[in-house]
Amino acid sequence: MDDQSPISPSPTHGAAGERAGPAVLVEHLSKEFDGLRAVDDVSFRIDSGRIFGLLGPNGAGKSTTLAMLATLLPPTAGAARINGFDIAGDPDGVRRSIGIVFQDQSLDEELTAWENMDFHGRLYHVPAAVRRQRTDELLALVGLAERQRSLVKTFSGGMRRRLEIARGLLHRPRVLFLDEPTLGLDPQTRNLLWGYIERLRDEERITMILTTHYMEEADRLCDEVAVIDHGRIIASGAPGTLKREVGQDTVTLATSDNGVVLERVRALPAVRRAEIAGDTIRVDLDRAEAHIAELVNVASAAGASISSVNVHTPTLEDVFLRLTGRTIREEEAGGRDRMRMAHRMWRR
Amino acid sequence: MDAVYTIWLRNVKRYLRSRSRIVGSLGMPLFFLVILGFGLNSVVTDSHMRGGYVGFIVPGIVAMSVLFTAVFSGIQIIWDKQFGFLKETLVAPVSRLSIMLGQTFGGATTALIQGFIILVLSLFLGLKVPGAAGFLVALGFMILIGVAFTAFGIAIASRMEDMHGFQLIMNFVIFPIFGLSGALFPIDRLPLWLRSLTYADPLTYGVEGIRYGLSGTATVPPLASLGALAAFAVAMVGIGAWLFRNIRF
Repeated sequence: MDDQSPISPSPTHGAAGERAGPAVLVEHLSKEFDGLRAVDDVSFRIDSGRIFGLLGPNGAGKSTTLAMLATLLPPTAGAARINGFDIAGDPDGVRRSIGIVFQDQSLDEELTAWENMDFHGRLYHVPAAVRRQRTDELLALVGLAERQRSLVKTFSGGMRRRLEIARGLLHRPRVLFLDEPTLGLDPQTRNLLWGYIERLRDEERITMILTTHYMEEADRLCDEVAVIDHGRIIASGAPGTLKREVGQDTVTLATSDNGVVLERVRALPAVRRAEIAGDTIRVDLDRAEAHIAELVNVASAAGASISSVNVHTPTLEDVFLRLTGRTIREEEAGGRDRMRMAHRMWRR
Repeated sequence: MDAVYTIWLRNVKRYLRSRSRIVGSLGMPLFFLVILGFGLNSVVTDSHMRGGYVGFIVPGIVAMSVLFTAVFSGIQIIWDKQFGFLKETLVAPVSRLSIMLGQTFGGATTALIQGFIILVLSLFLGLKVPGAAGFLVALGFMILIGVAFTAFGIAIASRMEDMHGFQLIMNFVIFPIFGLSGALFPIDRLPLWLRSLTYADPLTYGVEGIRYGLSGTATVPPLASLGALAAFAVAMVGIGAWLFRNIRF
């Protein structure tokens, strides 16, 4: 599967090995809690080496879907296969095929990073020699090699998350589950973590399914997203495709001679619409980033100098807004979530 | 089997690493042993008590220390639940039974070490060294107490949401189990109503067994103690395993 992989290629140890077919195949999956449909007829498939995102507000049913796929919750209806194993019929096969990074931390803080890895490897029956080698490689991969002998309780939030990702990969799962991987992390740490996740996909070709309510996270990481709201998938596809469906890119130009430039810009084939807006020119077009040079060339050919160029492309936030009439941010402090947070505080 | 060992290993590692916990949980048994033992030594005189009252309560205090450590180790599953670590073990491709057994043996091991430390310390307080055989008998009973009550703790923890109920369990279950066990008094001349309560307490057989090992005499015949305690341990492991199977997280 990955010849250039820096991780030792011995996929038969501990893991279930890669089987034919899509990495994940979900068909009409539903889950009811006391009459409430938390997940409602959800279907999707994920091919090997892709990052798939379940995107939606808190309480939309993302984590419930993930819990069913991880064999932690039995579905009310529907079926799913992971690495060819049925989640109901062969839960052990599924468990050997997946690695999970939970939304809430699941490390033993009283053990060192290395011991946490070792514990995991033993539980997944990874032979001692392979376990040690992979632990070293994975800790290096997530930048924790120097801290491997430190107790986890001395780790920052970002380090813990990285350790959990490394641990989730120790048994060479075919699919890595990431449940809100950057929840509660500061922007800088989040960026770093995104970098690690991208490396895993590009260098290790690991299939990942992640849930998030951060639009920019889904946009940056996912090859494909399913927008989920009230338990239903309301749209799915590549982030670019989804965004293109809701609207056009817009370029705002400020030049020394807006009138002349406007006329020439209108003549460009890529441009759908162009008009003066205040002291700028507003240009609607497809794939703005590909045509920005053209616009600049046109302006300079007209002898005008450009004082500013601004590109706006629709975001997944716009997609969600268009589909539901709400923004995801409004949903962030929704009732159920507040209850959950309160519950969590109470439990501490 | 791998999984049982792995979880056992984690428990023992954590235990050996927490010096403050080891020292901290020696405090109460030592307090009982020294204050009660020497305090009442001159008051309580009984022809059956060789080695005085201190010598009499050593087996009881050893049992107490095993009991408390074991229950506490079992209940620790709640912390694993709250800190999320339990999820990591529950999604692994291992059976819940092996997780539960690993936890039980891990807890029993720490409880045994804790009891053993008390046993060694009481040598300095005048406990006469019994023969090696007697010592092994005492250790055997300590292991059984450890297994039974760690499983008991796991059973309780499987049904508890958080540590709020812990005090309740300690005050209304664990202390009565300790108090009624004959750890601190001879059980053969109790009033009938109290004696029947004592015989209903599984720890009684643990204390009696350890006492037999360390002093060669006991009220309950050692084989009867062994049978009763072993049956209780098996029942507790069964109940604990069953409740743990259905643990919610």
